[in-house]
Amino acid sequence: MSVLLLFGSAWLWEKSIMVLVLFVITLTVAAYATYGERKIAAFLQDRIGPNRAGPYGLFQPLADGVKMFTKEDFRPNAAERWLYILAPGAFMFVALMTSAVIPWGTQLTLFGANISLQVTDLNIGILYILGFTSLGVYGIMIGGWSSNNKYSLYGAIRASSQMISYELAMGLAVIAIVMLTGTLSLKEMAEQQAGLNWNIWYQPLGFLIFITCALAECNRAPFDLAECETELIGGYHTEYSSMKLGFYLFAEYINMFIACAVIATVYFGGYNFPGIDPGSLGGLMGPIVMFSKTFFFIFVFMWIRWTLPRFRYDQLMHLGWKSLIPLAILNMLLTGGGVLLFGK
Amino acid sequence: MTLAVFLALAFVSVLFALLMVFTKNPVHSVIYLILTFFAIAGQYVLLNAQFLAVVHIIVYAGAIMVLFLFVLMLLNLNSDTEPVQSTKWKLGAAIAGGSLLVTLVGALKGGIQLSMPEVSNSQVGLVQNLGRVLFTDFVVPFEIAGILFLAAMVGAVLVGKRDLNV
Repeated sequence: MSVLLLFGSAWLWEKSIMVLVLFVITLTVAAYATYGERKIAAFLQDRIGPNRAGPYGLFQPLADGVKMFTKEDFRPNAAERWLYILAPGAFMFVALMTSAVIPWGTQLTLFGANISLQVTDLNIGILYILGFTSLGVYGIMIGGWSSNNKYSLYGAIRASSQMISYELAMGLAVIAIVMLTGTLSLKEMAEQQAGLNWNIWYQPLGFLIFITCALAECNRAPFDLAECETELIGGYHTEYSSMKLGFYLFAEYINMFIACAVIATVYFGGYNFPGIDPGSLGGLMGPIVMFSKTFFFIFVFMWIRWTLPRFRYDQLMHLGWKSLIPLAILNMLLTGGGVLLFGK
Repeated sequence: MTLAVFLALAFVSVLFALLMVFTKNPVHSVIYLILTFFAIAGQYVLLNAQFLAVVHIIVYAGAIMVLFLFVLMLLNLNSDTEPVQSTKWKLGAAIAGGSLLVTLVGALKGGIQLSMPEVSNSQVGLVQNLGRVLFTDFVVPFEIAGILFLAAMVGAVLVGKRDLNV
């Protein structure tokens, strides 16, 4: 297929609109995840939570956004000017890029045309996600370093060494899944899990490793040592203010949303649910199921955050290198044996 | 169209590679090198080798350069601590590097000319095909590379160990 032929075609328009819609949805979900986080935290701590802006505090994310935009954009004198500005943008960009390969449903029938509910079906989808997750660390490192503040630097170093360590176990858990499904494409993975034939039944250990690593990759409690307030003030974004800080905080919620979508796709059947045809309602049923699963996992992430205390740093490294990686290798061996004995 | 994309990517990669060499600040150097890697990954995509492109990003941009950046930040290197070499050394380095370049170009030019694979086949870079080739035609070099990596890992652990009398 020549690249030239694509321009001006319906394909380009379809994909552009899809990208735009996904962008808006991602930002909305991230914005309301902050609201959800505060409400869930309040519920778990027997408080009320935000309830001033609008009914049930529903306009709180808007108010927060306006506040972020209108605050003074302070830049430290000793900061490395361009890198300091670039870092939050890079972090946000990387967070937004990952959603492109996630299959949100099968097909949407709209005005008689069939629209695929996935921006692009890369045959290496899961590797694309791992690749972009591993790039996420640059936004943190460059931001922390360019602020020229020792607490920022400590936070950045902590965050990046944590992310590098947990990426390994995450990759090994993904290898077991790839061995089982025989594909790297997220679309094919979702297709294989029709009904209740979900990968979680074959990979319970792999799922535990993956969700632990996902928590660590998102820098969320109990792994949020990068912004351990009592030791590091604010961590890598200590010197940031206004919307640059907003970008960092927002991108973390986007990361969480994508991580939950990946967990739902890889281990929990994606848009499949027993008794529900993902193609029904003109194709809308798939996304509904998929988003329900994703929101459930976002809730689980928040539940964990407000239940477990923060690890100590040596415990974190110990868990990553001496428990999760050997466990992931064991899981790989077991999966290999299983595939050899029973096939899939 | 493909040619235009190729030229753009080639220009970007050479530009960032030069910036990487000429910039004084080590952290900026690392960032330019990462951008160069991205441009090279783009070239892989043009050659229909998506798997190679993504592995290139994961390994080089995602892992190795992070460690580079890590070391630079921990040592707190910046343009002030960059050692200034005398002109004599710069001249010597330029001559040595230039000779190496000439030698390499000469060796590659006279060496075995691999016939260009059929690039128009968009399936050539898929994981299935790559895996099949690696485990049939190139299985010995592949396994030797694996053993080399294992040796390097064991060596790294040994070097990192403070107490060798275990």
